[in-house]
Amino acid sequence: MDGRSLIRRRAGLRLWLSAGWLMLLGIAALLAPWIAPKDPLAQDLFLGRLPPFWMAGAEPGYWLGTDSLGRDVLSRILHGARVALLVALVAGTITCLIGATLGLLAGFLRGWVDMVISRLIDIWMAFPPVLFSILLIAVLGPGLTSIIIAIVVIDWTRFARVVRAEAMAQGAMDYVASARVAGRGRIGTMVREILPNVLPTVVVLLTLEMGIAVIVEAILSFVNLSISTDDPTWGGMIAEGRTSIHQAWWVLVFPLITLFLTVLSFSQLGEGLKDRFDPVLR
Amino acid sequence: MSFLSIRNLSVRLKGGPPLLRRVSLDVAPGEVRGLVGESGAGKSMIGKAVLGILPPSVEVTAGEILLDGTDLLTLSAKDRRRRIGASCALIPQDPLTALNPSHRIGPQITDRLVDILGWGRTEAEARAKALLAEVQIADPDRVLRSYPHELSGGMRQRILIASAFAAEPRLIVADEPTTALDVTVQKQILSLIRDMQARHGTALLFVTHDLGVVSKVCQRLSVLYAGMVVEDAAVTDFFAAPHHAYSAALLAATPKYTDPKAGLNPVPEAVIEAVRAEVAAFDRESAR
Repeated sequence: MDGRSLIRRRAGLRLWLSAGWLMLLGIAALLAPWIAPKDPLAQDLFLGRLPPFWMAGAEPGYWLGTDSLGRDVLSRILHGARVALLVALVAGTITCLIGATLGLLAGFLRGWVDMVISRLIDIWMAFPPVLFSILLIAVLGPGLTSIIIAIVVIDWTRFARVVRAEAMAQGAMDYVASARVAGRGRIGTMVREILPNVLPTVVVLLTLEMGIAVIVEAILSFVNLSISTDDPTWGGMIAEGRTSIHQAWWVLVFPLITLFLTVLSFSQLGEGLKDRFDPVLR
Repeated sequence: MSFLSIRNLSVRLKGGPPLLRRVSLDVAPGEVRGLVGESGAGKSMIGKAVLGILPPSVEVTAGEILLDGTDLLTLSAKDRRRRIGASCALIPQDPLTALNPSHRIGPQITDRLVDILGWGRTEAEARAKALLAEVQIADPDRVLRSYPHELSGGMRQRILIASAFAAEPRLIVADEPTTALDVTVQKQILSLIRDMQARHGTALLFVTHDLGVVSKVCQRLSVLYAGMVVEDAAVTDFFAAPHHAYSAALLAATPKYTDPKAGLNPVPEAVIEAVRAEVAAFDRESAR
């Protein structure tokens, strides 16, 4: 087997495993109201802190146990996936569109456009991101929209910086000069010649950003700044589970594993897709 | 009447030193002019100025670039683009970065004809195929469907040459088109450029640092030092008897493959000092 097909096969496995997990999670999130075994909000203090199914004292139907208020952990994870994936998709996509566009313009057009955008990035990056997001949520008020806005406002620089550097490198290539000589305008050259070559990078960043969005949402839920405390979120579950870690570890561990696998899958999906997109490896 | 006429063109780094010092040269229709000089002499800069692709850090301070009688520098950016696109083309230096890695070869040749010059799609595709056959590519259909990384450097340079001739330009700037290739391929590419040029009657501005190449391809040449034309001569006259001391030394410095024991003759220190003094005198003159 030559090196290329080895890379492709390894990339393929990674791609399919991560895409598989995310697909599973996506379907679970969509169908959560129908497939969740219990009502995620129903409390029953007689069924508090039930262990998962393989341990002594487990109740049938509560596969991953219950928390201290008797709410079903599995059902809460499934409902939490809705919030996590929604934030990942919406915040990730908007951040990507804004950041990548600004980066592309700055890197290819240079001149005063680059000056303005680059200074903006410098100023932006001087804000401590966690404080900035907490401040933003405090101003906007908690809620799903606020979280998404906070992620977009903070993270667009991540795309802008990388795409700008990439666009600059591509802009120095001879094929760009040839396109200009042939009479293509600046925007036309940017869209036709530069964009396809920065796209693999953008895709990787996008999936990374989706993973980051999931983490940010979890952190904000953890400090109780996410959506209303009634709706289950992974971060909220981890925060609640923390108080009873010695009596009922499963309340904390299962959402944590889900979170971990999801973020890991997003980043691996990006790497796998990059290999797919790369014309040399394709 | 020359097709390209550069008059007293001065270019400098914005707020910095001059890069071209009142360069004047003419290229008649169908003529091949070599631009020679050491690295940094400004030979590529002339080609870039003609094609309107000077880097943003560089500005034209004086002079005219007359293309078919019209001064490009007085046109609006859009008109200049259109005029250059319609009558000029570039054969770039590095075939490895001169094709877009994301697109197949076919569209890279045809899209410009279709989008910019308004050709029909089938007409452009037939043209691309005929051109690839003309540059002696054995299997044009396969190559047109390939991505650049699937082809060798020599093959890519052939494609770039074909692409440059696609719209029948009247002037092609060849920016050291053989430098990035190995010696065996260089020779083939050179004769290919010369054949294509002769067949299509295209004027050629041939940027190179290799006088051997000039003697094979060009009819006239300009020798540059520090952005100044020190000699403008017909190639036959130049090789018989160069006028300027610097060009004579440059000619003497060219290694001769027929006499491998001769060793290298670098341009003598005294000659360099003399030509530097000339440049300094020129700068004093124009500062006054």
